[in-house]
Amino acid sequence: MTELLTPELKACIGREAPPRTEVVTRRDIRKYAISTGTRIRKHLDGDEAPPLYHVALFWDVVELDQLTPDGVSVDTLLPKLPLDRAMAGGLEITYHRPIVPGDVLVARRTLTDLYEKAGRSGPLIFYEITLDVRTEDGSPVLEEVTTRILR
Amino acid sequence: MTAPRLADIEVGSELPEREHAPDNIQLFFYNAALWNAHRIHFDAPYATEVEGYPGLVIAGPLMGDWLGQCVQEWIGDDGHLTKLSYSNRQAAYIGETLRAGGTVTAVDPTSGRVEIALHVRNAEGENITPGTAVVMFDSSTKGH
Repeated sequence: MTELLTPELKACIGREAPPRTEVVTRRDIRKYAISTGTRIRKHLDGDEAPPLYHVALFWDVVELDQLTPDGVSVDTLLPKLPLDRAMAGGLEITYHRPIVPGDVLVARRTLTDLYEKAGRSGPLIFYEITLDVRTEDGSPVLEEVTTRILR
Repeated sequence: MTAPRLADIEVGSELPEREHAPDNIQLFFYNAALWNAHRIHFDAPYATEVEGYPGLVIAGPLMGDWLGQCVQEWIGDDGHLTKLSYSNRQAAYIGETLRAGGTVTAVDPTSGRVEIALHVRNAEGENITPGTAVVMFDSSTKGH
């Protein structure tokens, strides 16, 4: 099988995005919770964030001229890869404690794996990004590992 | 709703299912809350004519959130979520009615650890967003 991932690309494993710090507000939790259709009162009232709230909190806030014509922002953590059609991916989140208004959270994103496999209809590239969310003093809040497949 | 007690939970116990039929207002709000401008979620001519989808695409992580809601409604204040995983296997579109639910796959009465298999099913019954969760029931609520 031809190697799609050159040593230069494999060397990107371990690459980290600059840490991002965000302040959690009740208003943001409420807007997120309402948009998901939840019926859980503590989430609707913004007393506690729903378990997927960090997806919104740490989504890249890009400027208009950084969007592609289809409205997508390019993930700068990833190198340019030889395959670009995204297939199903998944994520696994480990929770240490709930997020509440007033939290000041620091997120670190790391490209933690990049490998290829032979698929039935051609080669596939897999990559894994780990998002580590902590309080400012370093106590863990959650860890999210996302795996994506490109064909 | 009545929160489940650990002693009543066994492998095969089902979490109540809930239907979700998001409209384009909800999908707009959701993507605005994220700052996600991907046209397939709000620009119907683009989604259908350029990308070839049958309609506006429901955001993948929104369906993941429904799995979190399903688990948290079920555990109520009796426990907490320690792990959640899911995979967006198949797309769904505005106009569809989807059902989020789950089934208990493992129970450890000593530690209070319960594992759950999760699903978001479409009208054809296909599990388009399979997932898993681990919850810990608090010791004060163990048994009766």
